[in-house]
Amino acid sequence: MIRVNEHKPSTATVRLDAAGLHYKELNARLRSAVTAGAQRIELVNVHGQRYIGTDLDSPVEIHIHGTPGNDLGAFMDGPRIIVHSHAQDGCGNTMNKGEIVIHGHAGDILGLSARGGRIFVRDNVGYRTGIHMKQYQETRPIVVVGGTAQDFLGEYMAGGVLLLGLTLPEGETHKARFIGTGMHGGVIYLRGSVESHHLGKEVGVADIEAADADLLSEMVGQYVAYFGGDAEAILRGPFTKLVPLYLRPYGPLYAPTHRGAQGVVRRMERR
Amino acid sequence: MIITSHNEQTKSYLKPRFRADIVDGLCIRCGCCVEQCSFDSLYFDAQHQRIGTLDENCVACHRCAVFCPTQAITIRQASSEYKHNEHWRPEMIEDIIRQSETGGVLITGMGADKAWTCYWDKLCLNASQVTNPSIDPLREPMELQTFLGRKPDRVEIDPRTMELKTTLAPQVRIETPLMFSAMSYGAISLNVHEALARAASMSGTLYNTGEGGLHPKLYKYGPHTIVQVASGRFGVHPAYLDVGRIVEIKIGQGAKPGVGGHLPGEKVSATVATTRMIPQGTDALSPAPQHDIYSIEDLSQLIHALKEATNYTKPISVKIAAVHNSAAIASGIARAGADMIAIDGIRGSTGAAPKSIRDNVGIPIEMALASVDSRLRAEGIRNQVSLVVAGGFRTSADVAKAIALGADAVYIGTAALISIGCTVCQACYTGRCAWGITTTDDKLTKRQNPEIAAQRMSNLLHSWSHELKEMLGAMGINSIESLRGNRLHLRGVGLTRAEADILGVRLAGE
Repeated sequence: MIRVNEHKPSTATVRLDAAGLHYKELNARLRSAVTAGAQRIELVNVHGQRYIGTDLDSPVEIHIHGTPGNDLGAFMDGPRIIVHSHAQDGCGNTMNKGEIVIHGHAGDILGLSARGGRIFVRDNVGYRTGIHMKQYQETRPIVVVGGTAQDFLGEYMAGGVLLLGLTLPEGETHKARFIGTGMHGGVIYLRGSVESHHLGKEVGVADIEAADADLLSEMVGQYVAYFGGDAEAILRGPFTKLVPLYLRPYGPLYAPTHRGAQGVVRRMERR
Repeated sequence: MIITSHNEQTKSYLKPRFRADIVDGLCIRCGCCVEQCSFDSLYFDAQHQRIGTLDENCVACHRCAVFCPTQAITIRQASSEYKHNEHWRPEMIEDIIRQSETGGVLITGMGADKAWTCYWDKLCLNASQVTNPSIDPLREPMELQTFLGRKPDRVEIDPRTMELKTTLAPQVRIETPLMFSAMSYGAISLNVHEALARAASMSGTLYNTGEGGLHPKLYKYGPHTIVQVASGRFGVHPAYLDVGRIVEIKIGQGAKPGVGGHLPGEKVSATVATTRMIPQGTDALSPAPQHDIYSIEDLSQLIHALKEATNYTKPISVKIAAVHNSAAIASGIARAGADMIAIDGIRGSTGAAPKSIRDNVGIPIEMALASVDSRLRAEGIRNQVSLVVAGGFRTSADVAKAIALGADAVYIGTAALISIGCTVCQACYTGRCAWGITTTDDKLTKRQNPEIAAQRMSNLLHSWSHELKEMLGAMGINSIESLRGNRLHLRGVGLTRAEADILGVRLAGE
């Protein structure tokens, strides 16, 4: 059997050494590698360079060795990024499409305003995870975190899915406070217990239904495929499902300055 | 949060503020006014064969009066007189009644209507007399062209080829220093958004999407578009960032500094949902801060994220409201890597804002502009950013004075809306704009024809531009560049010495 390019290294895999490179230079090289047709990029010696993957819109797979800087995959539109270490703040900021897999912890505002794509974090995440995430038509961002998060988890959340606590040791509770404050869309699943006074005023607890169980099973399966673990044991839960109580949490806050406008400011719509 | 729904059955203590005065002898009972009124203030009284009025609903938008074929309608003040009181003015009394009947935060539209000192009215422009000749713009070239973007500290020219050796940061050319302010689709109708885009294209300038994303059919106006990235990140995706000519990070707006935005679910129609990329009928909530920006360093991070996302092809602007420390903040923004700073003053307008914020928070744009320009000059970094100012510009003279105070260009919003029918009735937040401007209702939206509206807006830009040329000519200068930051062309009247010092101008006669 004759193989094309048998004795040449495949152009599909590219190794890039990030040592000493400014992020601007690093990203320029990433862009040209992707334009040249790279399908898999091994990025080694990464030392805090920001915005990795930001201006890429192809399904290229980028393996990051070392610690990427803030805004990893910000505004990202398609690539798959695997971080073989920890990620910092702003990971997946306003992300549109693609996947980020982090073999470690991630910092604050993970998935801020994301509209699509998936983020898997093996360990813990920082403050304001999933803040103002939203969904639109078929795009729905999903964030899966093995450990737990800090305060303001899912604040102002308008759509998408947050799933946390897959590896939370038995008996430990989620310590985040103000969970889902201002939430008006999407869903949060917490494996393990959470004190009710840690929930935001706009959040309610709902029953796990068949559709939830399917989603949980799929996401846990994916998590275990990436990081290992016992999917069955994880799926035994227990899971708490948090949903917004109101589609329009601040609807009744306002008083019109025109009398004829009174009909415009409607009463709170209970879900 | 107090949540008390208004009970329709309760007797309101509010009285009508306006009255549609219909002259019976002129009225032909055609019902046009009833059809035009979107606030349910007029109805046809079949029993008496006349037009009936529900004055408490009238917002004084003048739609009925303008469209009455026999000009039978005059809108009049209908407020009953209170015992005169300089302190407890009727507005204060009525606002308290409104709040006691609803328990809500008073919400309103447009810019502050309070009598804040307008320094444009206290500044005189200069003209040439004898010692240098004035110029007639009808006969001689007069340059209004303006370039937005970071300017280099120095330029180097290859002496052999006479080519520029310095690499310039992205520059955006506009033919006149007038641009349209950020007004989002959702706050204004799609037809008005399209009209702004077309007018900007016709006049060689830019309009600003605001924070509501961009409808696909307006992508073709991309070279004349500033796309905004605000705290809600609505409709922000790679194609949106790529299509604009400038990307603007919105930190604040003059009408509501430090306050987020709540576009009510009623205004989130199917098409608004498409451009904002959120489900139909949900509130579009913009948080007060951008949660990835808690410091100048964080701002710098987002500026550079956007530069990366657009591969360094576009200037990045940062819009802030004029507040007490604007000068220091602007210095930080310039140093954070922004290419343009937009500042919106206390009279800046909005589709909806809490009244207490709109009328009281922020400072006049004149003071903010003067102090920012002075500060950036003193620090030697004025060239690093273009300065764009906004907040209630009413005439070409206001614009000329702003440019003399140091602005590169001016954003106009309210003036553009007035050009297509707005009467500043401040009912934008209701979504029932009878002029089809601040509404997403399909029927009302049709009241604006994008082509006609674009022509009216473009006419306004044309007349202001020509007036600017006349003023420049009178001063004996033939380029807007020669007026920029040239405060010697301004003289103050009725200013205190401290005010004149802040504005950096001499008093008339000095």
